[in-house]
Amino acid sequence: MRRAFETLRDKPWIWSFLAAGLVWIATVMVTGGASAGGLTHAALTFAAFTIIVGIGQMFVITLGPGNIDLSIPATMTLAGTLALKFMGVQDGLILPGLLVAIGVGLAIGIANYGLIKLLRIPPIIATLSSSFIIQSTAIWSNRGLRIRPPDSLGAFTTSSTLGIPNLALVALALTIVAWILLERSLYGRWICAIGQNMRAARLAGVPVDGVRLATYTLSAVLASICGYLLASFSGGAALNMGAEFLLMSIAVVVIGGTAVSGGFSNVPGIWGASLFMFLVVSMLNTYGLGAGFRLIMTGLIITCVIIVAGGRRSTAR
Amino acid sequence: MSWRPGPETLRVLIPALSLAVLLAAVFWLQPRAMSYTGLNLLFNLAVPIALATIAQMMIMTVNDLDLSMGTFVSFVACVTATFLQSDPVIGILILAGAIGVYALLGIVIYVRNLPSIVVTLGMSFVWGGLAVLILPSPGGSAPEWLRWLMTSRPPFVPMAIVASVLIALVAHFIVMQSAFGVVMRGVGGNQRSVERAGWSVLRVRAGAYALAGLFAVLAGMMLVGLTTAADANIALRYTLLSIAGVILGGGDFVGGRVSPIGAVIGALTLTLAGSFLSFLRISPDWQIGAQGAILIIVLAVRLLVQRQQQREARQ
Amino acid sequence: MQDSPALHSLVEIAGAHKRFGAVRALDGVDFSVSAGECVGLIGHNGAGKSTLVGVINGGLSLDEGSIATGDGRAGGRHTIAAARDAGIRAVFQELSLCPNLTAVENCRIDHPSLRGWGWRGRAEVIIRDRLDEIFPGHGIDCRMLVGDLSIAQRQMVEIATAFSHVVKPIRMVILDEPTSSLDSSLARQLLAYVRKFVAGGGAVIFISHILAEILSVSDRVVVMKDGKVVADRPASEFDETGLVQAMGSVARAAEARNVAPAAEKTEAPVLKVAARGGKGIDLIAHRGEIVGLAGLGGHGQTTLLVDAYLARSGDWTAPADPRAVFVAGDRNVDGVFPIWSILSNMSLALLPDITRKFLVRRNEEEAIGDSWRQRIGIRTDDLGNPIVSLSGGNQQKCLFARALATRAPIVLMDDPMRGVDIGTKQDVYDMLRAEAAQGRTFLWYSTETAEICLCDRAYVFRDGVPVAELVGDDITEENIVSASFARQAA
Repeated sequence: MRRAFETLRDKPWIWSFLAAGLVWIATVMVTGGASAGGLTHAALTFAAFTIIVGIGQMFVITLGPGNIDLSIPATMTLAGTLALKFMGVQDGLILPGLLVAIGVGLAIGIANYGLIKLLRIPPIIATLSSSFIIQSTAIWSNRGLRIRPPDSLGAFTTSSTLGIPNLALVALALTIVAWILLERSLYGRWICAIGQNMRAARLAGVPVDGVRLATYTLSAVLASICGYLLASFSGGAALNMGAEFLLMSIAVVVIGGTAVSGGFSNVPGIWGASLFMFLVVSMLNTYGLGAGFRLIMTGLIITCVIIVAGGRRSTAR
Repeated sequence: MSWRPGPETLRVLIPALSLAVLLAAVFWLQPRAMSYTGLNLLFNLAVPIALATIAQMMIMTVNDLDLSMGTFVSFVACVTATFLQSDPVIGILILAGAIGVYALLGIVIYVRNLPSIVVTLGMSFVWGGLAVLILPSPGGSAPEWLRWLMTSRPPFVPMAIVASVLIALVAHFIVMQSAFGVVMRGVGGNQRSVERAGWSVLRVRAGAYALAGLFAVLAGMMLVGLTTAADANIALRYTLLSIAGVILGGGDFVGGRVSPIGAVIGALTLTLAGSFLSFLRISPDWQIGAQGAILIIVLAVRLLVQRQQQREARQ
Repeated sequence: MQDSPALHSLVEIAGAHKRFGAVRALDGVDFSVSAGECVGLIGHNGAGKSTLVGVINGGLSLDEGSIATGDGRAGGRHTIAAARDAGIRAVFQELSLCPNLTAVENCRIDHPSLRGWGWRGRAEVIIRDRLDEIFPGHGIDCRMLVGDLSIAQRQMVEIATAFSHVVKPIRMVILDEPTSSLDSSLARQLLAYVRKFVAGGGAVIFISHILAEILSVSDRVVVMKDGKVVADRPASEFDETGLVQAMGSVARAAEARNVAPAAEKTEAPVLKVAARGGKGIDLIAHRGEIVGLAGLGGHGQTTLLVDAYLARSGDWTAPADPRAVFVAGDRNVDGVFPIWSILSNMSLALLPDITRKFLVRRNEEEAIGDSWRQRIGIRTDDLGNPIVSLSGGNQQKCLFARALATRAPIVLMDDPMRGVDIGTKQDVYDMLRAEAAQGRTFLWYSTETAEICLCDRAYVFRDGVPVAELVGDDITEENIVSASFARQAA
């Protein structure tokens, strides 16, 4: 029994999957098993979006205390809006549309780090301020008719392959890339070094500014890809489409087992946490509890997890 | 020897000058605003924003940040428009409890060494959910006495100005003059030293958070007094507005350097900027972006001034 | 113990022992200070001055031995609060004031008993009076934020705060290098006040690297070395040379330098740090040399090393060929990544070399890790263990391996042997010699004279810049100590 507990404690990502599983069971029980398939399908679809932005947020948070990207929702909105506008419902422009979205992400990421580095603005404030400017740009560029996504793209995002939603497959592919980056690549080592001790990292030859720039850009690019997909999935880019993803992106990082103090990240945990968060919402809906309870539960879960997980290491200073 | 403004004076001078310039620009664009009613309309909504800014300032004084300010004020507004109006005793109990929760958060964050950003972000959902539970759709009504307070017409000077000045003076007294304020700012400046001198940092931080809760509660109440009804999303933009107000007013994120008078001026400036943009016929689309841009510009200017001062000091 | 009734003992330390890991900071120290005297405390690196002062101040506790303060209270631990209660204050070099408060407000923080209406006025009187008393004509605006004052003014306010009292009188003040930011006239004022303070029955412990100051202000001079008190005599019995001799070693004269004399270097230096603003001398290093950076701790050695490293490495990209590598001495602040394994800590600096197509080659990493584990002798059964599982000495070995395993031709070492056991040190010394023989250049900041003596050349630092160069057999303890302490022109 003790060994089982220790194994569980050593692999923090297991918690989130366990929790997700429990909630799934609780939800399915209410309908007597009839909704199992539909619930799983919906969970995978909607969690996919949270996973994609969660990965970006995870990279940024791993950079160390104080690093966070609050411009994710605005980036999603702007990228989705501009990409759909560019594609103009034409199938042939699907890939260029994706490139436009990625381009938006690149520009925002670089601008964010420019504010952080050149103007020495703390990341919280830099990304918060830029998010307002980005949001305004999105609002301004979205004047007019609601543009639909190209038909093939819309179909792609709403259908499945071998029973698994395509969006989940995309999220899976991105997760694998992220995992390789963090666990196996030079860049991943550098991020974790900076997150544990930025000064020691610099003194050990890690190009701190370059890595941070790349990370903030990566987060913005993932957010824009997510915006591109979400806008296509929803049949158009709404101005508030990114709203709930801000807290969600941070929540799935924290609940998934990544250290908020930096230096340690947990990629599989993001899946467990995303599924868990969606299932909690579904469960509450199934039990007839409204939006208010959903918000409260979400907030309490996050707050409790972070309180239990604890904060900055006291040795690092 | 000519009088050169010290760094502290400069920090308050800059926002005061910007407010004056902005006010002049507004009057030039819209001469009718230069009246009792006009001024009141321009600065009405600045009163709750100023209170929220002071609340945020309390938390920034101890080197933390409150990302739940917007939802908390919305929650308070919902409580005010419902409980406080129908069952004042219950309403007061709820609001007092909310302030207690703030103090508790301050303690937990300190004891567990947590990042305030994540904790307050989580709590913002809790407040938001509670607000939705209380008022799923816009409604409620303001208590009579609040209505009377916010629509009062003192002679010569509009209520909005009177209220802003009062808030600035009270906050200034608490934070800059009183003994508690000194220790609170000391904790932000050099926590170890304050601890070594024998003070209880725990109590100070709890107190700072409790004060923040109090001012935020006042903000929500004043807001309902102005808008008469409330809804769960009424004050969501207060989060960035409050942070921007503190920064505009010469405050810092870390180091415990804040200015209550500057913060109120900052809140007034931000409110005015909104009106200014609409007088300029800039579409509301850009108003949100403008607030972000203002914050960035102020920080950039502050950096340049700092660099200049450092260069001069070295010579 | 019981001196003449007029002398009232304020602090009495007997048989003090204090260890930090392998280092004996205090190795059997008896020390006392009585009312009405100024004790000059002097010693080179590792003498134990900071530890002794830390114990008196209440910040550190003794492993063995006793400490008693004037009230004769034997019971209870001697904590910071207890020291404050006994009227003991300290002024260190780091700022203890809150920079965002005024001098008046800082006074309030320091004296919780100043409450009630009108405390500001009272606090201002207290601090202004003290400033006027110690530094007449200071011109400091007590209402300005401390952070906006100049460094000298900040130091003056710190000193004045330490000497201020509200209810309980200040009995003893420890001054640790108090004149470091003050010009000569201000320093003179401070020394004059110290004499006045002790004449009035107070006591002062005065630490300084300026010998003339020590001699002019102290009644008694206590010389420490390697954790012991080696001399405790009235100041009148010392002169500057005598002090230097007391700090230098007696027994080491016979030890020969077992370093082969280096060949004359004719080629261009691989590293040069030019003297700036007319202060100090140039610092140069040639290929294959081990150049020591000596002098009292905190006199610019680390800054020079860090600046030299930052200039030779990239902020935005990692250069294809590393030009320099850094070995940290303050492990936890500058070197160790606490979450990581030993292997990851070791390999960080050389990762670009074993990376193909952005991916790190793990088998190469393990091979290199293994070979270095043997070469440098890291005591662990598995390099995958967390680094915090290693002893301090072995952690330091890991940091060495991190640097030496790279291809960088210049190695900058920031007092890396601090707190490391003697066995580890020997292993590393041999390794450094071998690497230098193959053409690697080492810049070695060390606070231990014995290590500086292992170098080919050495620069002694004082007040932030190198002030003296010692070559070959000239690198002796006496020369180092002599150059470390500011002496008046002979």
